[in-house]
Amino acid sequence: MELICPAGTPAAFREAVDAGADAVYCGFRDETNARNFPGLNFSRDELKTAIAYARRHKVMTFVAINTFMRAGQEKLWHDAVDDAVRLGADALILADFGLMAYTAERHPEQRLHVSVQASASNADAVKFLVETFGAKRVVLPRILTIPDIARLARQISCEIEVFVFGGLCVMAEGRCSLSSYATGKSPNMNGVCSPASHVRYREDGSELVSELGDYTINRFPAGEAAGYPTLCKGRFDIAEERGYAFEDPVSLDVMDHIDALRDAGVGALKIEGRQRGKAYVAEVVSIMRRAVAANADERPALLSRLRRLSEGQKTTSGAYEKRWR
Amino acid sequence: MPASTHPSLSLGPVLYLWDGPKWRDFYFRIADEAPVEHVTLGEAVCSKRLHFIEPHVAEVIERLEGAGKKVSLASLALVTLERESQLVRGLVRDSVHPIEANDLSALGLLAGKPHSVGPLINVYNGATARLLASRGATSICLPPELPMASVRDIARDAPDVVFEIFGFGRVPLAISARCAHARSKGLVKDNCQFICGEDSDGLIVDTLDRQPFLALNGVQTMSHTCQSLLQELGELTAAGIGRIRLSPQDCDMVMAARIYDDVATGRCSPAEGLGRLTLAYPGVPLSNGFHHGQTGASWIAAPAGSPPWR
Repeated sequence: MELICPAGTPAAFREAVDAGADAVYCGFRDETNARNFPGLNFSRDELKTAIAYARRHKVMTFVAINTFMRAGQEKLWHDAVDDAVRLGADALILADFGLMAYTAERHPEQRLHVSVQASASNADAVKFLVETFGAKRVVLPRILTIPDIARLARQISCEIEVFVFGGLCVMAEGRCSLSSYATGKSPNMNGVCSPASHVRYREDGSELVSELGDYTINRFPAGEAAGYPTLCKGRFDIAEERGYAFEDPVSLDVMDHIDALRDAGVGALKIEGRQRGKAYVAEVVSIMRRAVAANADERPALLSRLRRLSEGQKTTSGAYEKRWR
Repeated sequence: MPASTHPSLSLGPVLYLWDGPKWRDFYFRIADEAPVEHVTLGEAVCSKRLHFIEPHVAEVIERLEGAGKKVSLASLALVTLERESQLVRGLVRDSVHPIEANDLSALGLLAGKPHSVGPLINVYNGATARLLASRGATSICLPPELPMASVRDIARDAPDVVFEIFGFGRVPLAISARCAHARSKGLVKDNCQFICGEDSDGLIVDTLDRQPFLALNGVQTMSHTCQSLLQELGELTAAGIGRIRLSPQDCDMVMAARIYDDVATGRCSPAEGLGRLTLAYPGVPLSNGFHHGQTGASWIAAPAGSPPWR
């Protein structure tokens, strides 16, 4: 199985290549990609250099242009596609139908992957994208169980890539406006979720309060580690119950299920984390490279090292296991 | 020239789980009394709920059509199981009514047939609207988070499509494989006991500082506020928007529809309409921030002294 690794900076890109990635995915430094964070992403020149480096090491480069084109400003997205093609991207990861149509028409030879943000969650949806835009691969939303994926794989004619490690969306990707409801900035339109520009921490007595826009997302008593206020991982009150209404502050880890995913027909495993530093990327990629190749006996030791790198050290298999629902 | 110079009213599907008789009686009253031209009905949120309304769908459609309403059927928003795929395929194959696509499978299967596109399909630009139109979409309800600048641009870019705007109701903000509603009551989705039926207008999620924030509706998360674009009907009309969608809340929806109709036809001012709306749907704050490119939850008042929209 291919290992698809994140790079938010040229340094992380080189680390991912050196650590054994089969492909590295990255985006331009603007709103055309879903990790539009300050200090991250690539200029055209940086992408050119990165692709050349990857080529020398026989590693592929995927360019994520996976936000939705803002009406009236489509040129920003068209330029991103044209430049990524010109610079030699091995695949473009797209979510917007209008942009997929543009790419299929202008660059018919370019390999097109369906972003997780497109929310193609079943065989008929995938067939629509394959037939209409010539998509070669779909990145599945994190809402399917492994048996769902196996059934899907038997019905479609394109490759399947799934997220296995890193951040976890609780909501179906590309179909969530929670962030813009609270901040005005959304993943679909701006490439951000719960953006740092709208985050505030304040002390209230002995508690630390985390806020997103005008809303309290969590309160941490003295001694409890304060997490980032990602909206869907906050603590709320529902009737008399207080707790994590949607999901705990956990990250995704389905590395225990590598064999089941392979048997299900998954061809590529994706690591989330373009916002992570190069040391993290290097370590995760190198451990996962070995874990994918290892037999089932050797794997647990490798995976326990991986787990220490997870956010808050708490992980979940998410929707890949039915009981998560 | 079109017969009317203002948008028509359209009723979106009931997004909550109401029991069969309540659901039926709601539509009977809509048929008899509400000034809406289009009605889209059917379960869009959770496939587990379908059996509640199934026994009543035929009589509801008959009553609505008898009253001259145009009826469409909504497809499921989230399709992951084989059973759900079969439901969508069956709907597309068998329906004699136009279908509103709410996920990509329905969109794919409906190619070549006239159909509508629901607000949960990502149409953020004219290129996407034109592509969908070329495949058979005749009307598109745009995503609620779209700002007016985008709405205007898209409508200009795809003049053959009737555009619909989410003009009234709690905004569907997200959908998940996990049921937060069941979890909040100590249950899981696969054994949920249809607990979301206890909250006919959603279950309020408060922040830890007692601020109402969101509303749970099964696997869907909605806004606590009710989006209302009454003040904005004028600019929506000027932009060529053909329909305003009213999303059913557990309130007097006939009164809500009359208010929108009165404002759209100039019988009452937007300010007066808003005052009446707070009586029709009491206790729920209004929002219009998405439309103005602001935080979705916010309310942007019309500038003082601005003329009534006509």
